[in-house]
Amino acid sequence: MKRVFYLVPLLLFMILVGYFAVSLRPGHDIHELPSAMIEKPAPAFDLAGLGESKPLALDALKGHPFVINFFASWCVPCRIEHPLLMRLAEENHLPLYGIAYKDRSGPITNLLTTFGDPYRQVGMDSDGRVGLDFGVYGVPETYVVDSQGVIRRRFVGPLTAETVDKDLLPLLKQLGQS
Amino acid sequence: MKTLLLSALLLLVPIAAGAVEPNERLANPALESRARAISEELRCLVCQNESIDESGADLAHDIRVFLRERLTAGDTNAQAIQAVVSRYGQFVLLKPPVEPATYVLWYGPPALVVVGLLGAFFWLNRRQPGAADTAPLSPEETRRLDGLMRENDG
Amino acid sequence: MITELGHFALILALFVAIIQSTVPLIGAARRHLGWMAVGRSCALTGFALTALAMLALMHAYVVSDFSVINVIENSHTDKPLMYKITGVWGNHEGSMLLWVFMLSLCAAAVALFSNNLPPALRARVLAVQGMIAVGFLLFILLTSNPFLRTFPPAPNGNGLNPVLQDPGLAFHPPFLYLGYVGFSVAFAFAVAALIEGRVDAAWARWVRPWTLASWCALTVGIAMGSWWAYYTLGWGGWWFWDPVENASFMPWLVGTALIHSSIVVEKRDTLKSWTILLAIITFSLSLVGTFLVRSGVLTSVHAFATDPERGMFILLLLVVAIGGSLTLYAIRAPALKGGGLFAPISREGALVLNNVLLSCGCATVFLGTLYPLFLDAVGGPKLSVGFPFFNRTFAPMMVPMVIAVGIGPMLAWKRGDLLGALQRLWVAYIATALVLLGTFYVTYGGPVLAVFGIGLSALLFTAVVTEFAERIRLFRVPFGDSVRRAIHLPRSAYGMTFAHLGLAVSVAGFAASAWAQEAIEILKPGGSIDIAGYHLTLEHVDRVPGPNYMADDATIRVTKGGAFFATLHPERRFFPLQQQTTGETAIHTNFLADLYVALGDGDQAGNWTVRVYWKPLVPWIWIGAIIMAFGGVVSLSDRRWRVGAAARSMRRPPQAVPAAGE
Repeated sequence: MKRVFYLVPLLLFMILVGYFAVSLRPGHDIHELPSAMIEKPAPAFDLAGLGESKPLALDALKGHPFVINFFASWCVPCRIEHPLLMRLAEENHLPLYGIAYKDRSGPITNLLTTFGDPYRQVGMDSDGRVGLDFGVYGVPETYVVDSQGVIRRRFVGPLTAETVDKDLLPLLKQLGQS
Repeated sequence: MKTLLLSALLLLVPIAAGAVEPNERLANPALESRARAISEELRCLVCQNESIDESGADLAHDIRVFLRERLTAGDTNAQAIQAVVSRYGQFVLLKPPVEPATYVLWYGPPALVVVGLLGAFFWLNRRQPGAADTAPLSPEETRRLDGLMRENDG
Repeated sequence: MITELGHFALILALFVAIIQSTVPLIGAARRHLGWMAVGRSCALTGFALTALAMLALMHAYVVSDFSVINVIENSHTDKPLMYKITGVWGNHEGSMLLWVFMLSLCAAAVALFSNNLPPALRARVLAVQGMIAVGFLLFILLTSNPFLRTFPPAPNGNGLNPVLQDPGLAFHPPFLYLGYVGFSVAFAFAVAALIEGRVDAAWARWVRPWTLASWCALTVGIAMGSWWAYYTLGWGGWWFWDPVENASFMPWLVGTALIHSSIVVEKRDTLKSWTILLAIITFSLSLVGTFLVRSGVLTSVHAFATDPERGMFILLLLVVAIGGSLTLYAIRAPALKGGGLFAPISREGALVLNNVLLSCGCATVFLGTLYPLFLDAVGGPKLSVGFPFFNRTFAPMMVPMVIAVGIGPMLAWKRGDLLGALQRLWVAYIATALVLLGTFYVTYGGPVLAVFGIGLSALLFTAVVTEFAERIRLFRVPFGDSVRRAIHLPRSAYGMTFAHLGLAVSVAGFAASAWAQEAIEILKPGGSIDIAGYHLTLEHVDRVPGPNYMADDATIRVTKGGAFFATLHPERRFFPLQQQTTGETAIHTNFLADLYVALGDGDQAGNWTVRVYWKPLVPWIWIGAIIMAFGGVVSLSDRRWRVGAAARSMRRPPQAVPAAGE
């Protein structure tokens, strides 16, 4: 056996270590799934509004970029991002629309009355079908949609101030100008 | 033995897994068995390594129901699977598609076996310097030697 | 106080390990007997200290000492005592402590039972084990310390995950870790041999018992895990190609290859550098498995609370241990000159085939498990690789392997007569044909592949029996002579026979999964389900309290052909502390088939979802594994492998291959 063959196991191992090191890089969440709906048109929806409010339909939202936030009263991380959403709605006048995922009007109304309502409108997706069409696999999830109704970005999990400042707001600004 | 015969006669659908709720099942057995077969190959995204057929999670339930709706609406298996993939991405497939990105994955194992066998074969047939050329053994001697050698070991 | 003692003992163990890694090694290089002997005392001391640490942690759990953070996170006063104890290793920090405990146990065992080893070799083996211990003790003390405390103590703990509160799962880690960590001994022997620059038949003899023992433990550990999944998860699945399952399966595959290739080293003085490489790879896979489970790079049911920082540390350990040993291999292995030649068709050739197929099988599992990670690292699409991949690639590779297991032992060493061997297996062919026909008839209309699987199992089983019959010259000599031959056969011959029979039994169990039947219904008390000739009636569901849970216990009466058969009690348990519900299945087995009942959700109206499965031959999967492990143990007891026997052979004048029956 030529001497060089004996180096093969070591070389293969070093390549393996390289892959492992790359996958451990900070800021990289191995469990986050990329959305399959990016750059695809947002699925049409026409959801009943909260209580007596008017329905929330995709068609009515087209024409300007907007943000959809899937949330629920039973979702703990949603509470964590809620104050941030309130700030965005009040200070930045974010075009934020909420879709209540697998929930009922009662608990949602309680939630929004107690903690504040950052949404311009709320739609009730009680069976989660709209969520499924968007590819939602947990709450909260936030989608940025452009004026043509094409999904541009998805944020999984509660929004953080850093994500909002570095990613969400600049993206909206860029979409607003186009 | 009798049980085996009886079960063959009773012939309930022979599948192994199931978190499927009874009220999810379709009335049409052909459609239902297609749904079960497809479900076994779709990953539950909120679980750790389960198919939607096995998982009790809500999302798994939703996708199972969605899948059955698509099949009832007349989708082929491929179309129904594509409907799920277009929403959730290729990660939802437990069987990775055969495409350039996965050639190494799918063709690697058989290639490895071929390489391994060839390598072993060439190594075995290598020329050793000074391999003695002794007179070959007679058939009787060969048999005796084989017998002795086989007795020798464990 | 005791907790602090345990903590202190662990720190001391680190220092002892440092001494163990350095002094004996220098002693071996300088031929200084005193320094070499330090290895032995260090190993024994290290074991005592680690055992102390382990006991201290157990004590903290048993008395519910909630000043220890680890106890808070994983225990509770209401938890039953057994789970308080076994919960010690049900979390990341505690299981790492179990890891180093097993490591120190193996080092102590080598120190105690290796009086026949040349002092230099023993010193080097213990030194390598010491180095591994240093790495892992540093890891524990710096990143995963179970003895960290908090003040004031918490009033109570978070409890143990209800899914882990189960006897099968409680004891699965110790066996598994004994297996994983046990391979460190073979690794240490390999590295020591590379340092010495010599691998010979004696080395192969010394290493074999340790490899066999680890392999037996790993076999039992994997089987226990599989059996636990089967009766707990509620639908009778027993293998999911989950990354952590694969992490235990890969060392098993390569460990099996190692056992077989070391036979060739011992008998024929060849395949040396390959065997050394296998010994390094087997333990390396254990280490990689540890990395995968604890670093968070893979999705798995088993993954502990994961932390990239810990991941980096383990990766560093891997680079030093595996990178170091493979570098040593690249430098030293070319000097290991082989001896015996053999024809491709021979016993050795069959063992080489075994090794090629097992290694390719392991590589396949490795590829499938890590492919999503590879793709993600190069920025490719995010894919998942699940059981359909493994079933399609791994299973076909194992078919020729299983066939080879039957034929290989029939071949002679050095040059075998394949045609003759095939002819001598005529009994096996007839038996297999009968089994194939019978199975096909009985399961007509069902999956055909499963029929072939049963045929494969029958072929292997009858081939092994044929080989044994040949060995004792059954029907060729008077029966009394055959019996006498059987009594005097070396135990390793029995070990091999049992292990291969066990494999055949398990293969039958694997194949028969295809014929499982299922019935799921929503029942009210009084309702019934029919399956596979059984009639099951849900009689009533009662609320039954447990030590830390509230259960809904269903009474299900099973009749067969009108006559009473059994009463089964599946349960659903709610653990208020963790707000989690688990199911307890009820299984009735006659060791030929399982009748498996799981209770699903119930509603206010008294409707209960009941799932019933009938699974033919499934118990054979684990029975086969037990027979395999038993074969390994029998082989271990062969006096040729017993280290005392090697001393006798050392004193004999040198000869090419030691004769049998010594």
